[in-house]
Amino acid sequence: MRTVGGKLLLTAAVVLAGGLLIGFYVAKLSTEAGSAAYTVPVQNENGHPVVNMEIMTVAAIGPNLSPNPDWVSYLIKDTSGQWRRETVWKLPANATVHVTIYNFDGASALRNNYLARPHGMVGNHITVDGKTVNSINPDDASHTFAVPQLDMILAIPGVADDAKNQCDIAPCPMSTAHRTISFTFHTKAPGHYRWQCFVPCAAGWIDGFGGPMQTIGYMDGFLDIT
Amino acid sequence: MTAETNTPPAPAADNQGRFVVIAWLVLSAVATPLVAIFLGPIIPPGNATVQGQGQVFDNQVMTALATPIVCLLVVYFAYTLATFRARRGAELVDGPPLREHHGIQVVWIIVTGIMVLFLAGFGTYELLKDGAGGGQGPNAIAFPPNHKNALEVQVIGQQWEFTYRYPSLGGMESSQLVLPANTDVELHVTSLDVIHSFWAVELGVKADANPGVDNVAYVETRDPLTFHVRCAELCGLWHGYMFNNGRIVSQSDFQTWATQAQKQYAPIAKYVPKYSHTYLPDPQRRAG
Repeated sequence: MRTVGGKLLLTAAVVLAGGLLIGFYVAKLSTEAGSAAYTVPVQNENGHPVVNMEIMTVAAIGPNLSPNPDWVSYLIKDTSGQWRRETVWKLPANATVHVTIYNFDGASALRNNYLARPHGMVGNHITVDGKTVNSINPDDASHTFAVPQLDMILAIPGVADDAKNQCDIAPCPMSTAHRTISFTFHTKAPGHYRWQCFVPCAAGWIDGFGGPMQTIGYMDGFLDIT
Repeated sequence: MTAETNTPPAPAADNQGRFVVIAWLVLSAVATPLVAIFLGPIIPPGNATVQGQGQVFDNQVMTALATPIVCLLVVYFAYTLATFRARRGAELVDGPPLREHHGIQVVWIIVTGIMVLFLAGFGTYELLKDGAGGGQGPNAIAFPPNHKNALEVQVIGQQWEFTYRYPSLGGMESSQLVLPANTDVELHVTSLDVIHSFWAVELGVKADANPGVDNVAYVETRDPLTFHVRCAELCGLWHGYMFNNGRIVSQSDFQTWATQAQKQYAPIAKYVPKYSHTYLPDPQRRAG
């Protein structure tokens, strides 16, 4: 028969273990759950780390890359040229990052038009299909790429509704209709910087903000700066 | 053999009560001023705003009032554990029966009644004095003295960021909350999607951000400082990351910032809707 002290100790241990398990579970959920981390290759230019990233945004991820084939998603291109559905990207601190986004999705429009002004990247402007712009029409926005902790956001214009040869599912070939957006930004101190899409683009979900908008690995992720 | 004859010898009941009361009074006399003077002033949110300073005072008063009650519990339990503890190997017996004590009941009801009524009156007065930094809904009833000259700033919650509009600066919107020092500010808090809660920690401001609702809160800033803004309502995947820093700056720095922010805002001004206390985004502005 256990003593009262033993029972109290056992109860405390069980509560502590339960709390730790819940804590680990929530921590895991809130960080990298839903996506493996992809280490982006780094080049060295005059002792300064430089990164080139190619990203794709698609209306439907398709059955080969996700158990949710009709979910909207981001993809990143690896060194072998394969597109991967991984949205946690490991980047070096204090690096220059050149980003090219190929968007194959149509426009959904922003909920807050203010977010149509690109800022936080070099020059506070982006290049859309080769043309430099410091704002886009909010109604043309298909997605955004935003890192609020860096105060960086840019809206991504969508493919016209009547465009020919539109892509159905990822990975989309470059021969299909798309928009090309490019910009450069600088990473800061090491840390876990979340990024997200601000356009309510989750088709079939209440207010367009469920499913892929609430699951890391699709329209949300981290810049894991080390 | 009766139960009483098996009970371990204990101090007479009158002496026990007297000892507990004296120990409680002594402990309270020492602890209450210490808590009021040293602990009270460091309880958040701090003195960054008049409303925050008022909250510190409220916390100081309530903590000081609670101290004698905590002392009574500590003394009572400590004395009980020390005096009525069953010795190892002693026979377990029931204690003496509890009997009503009319005087104690009357004193208890009167004292606690006075405290509750005082706190209700004190809390109501403090709330109505200047709004205490809380959201008051669209029709505020508690105003700071100079609220008619207050700087209006709108707080817009969206999944998952706060942005801010300044109607006095042509409806300019920014992702930064910058406020001038020593100024009355009228905050209008709303949301574009789900329920958020705007919590400017060091300012002592907390107001729910509901879609389609204008929630008004007042705050009077003091000296320049950087403060934290957080969402205090579980609002989805990135709720835990819905934070940033705001700044109280001098009047001249505010003008400098406003000029620069308006310049940056210019390219998007034509697309942003006319300033309004609430926004109901076009329901078509979603996928699916």
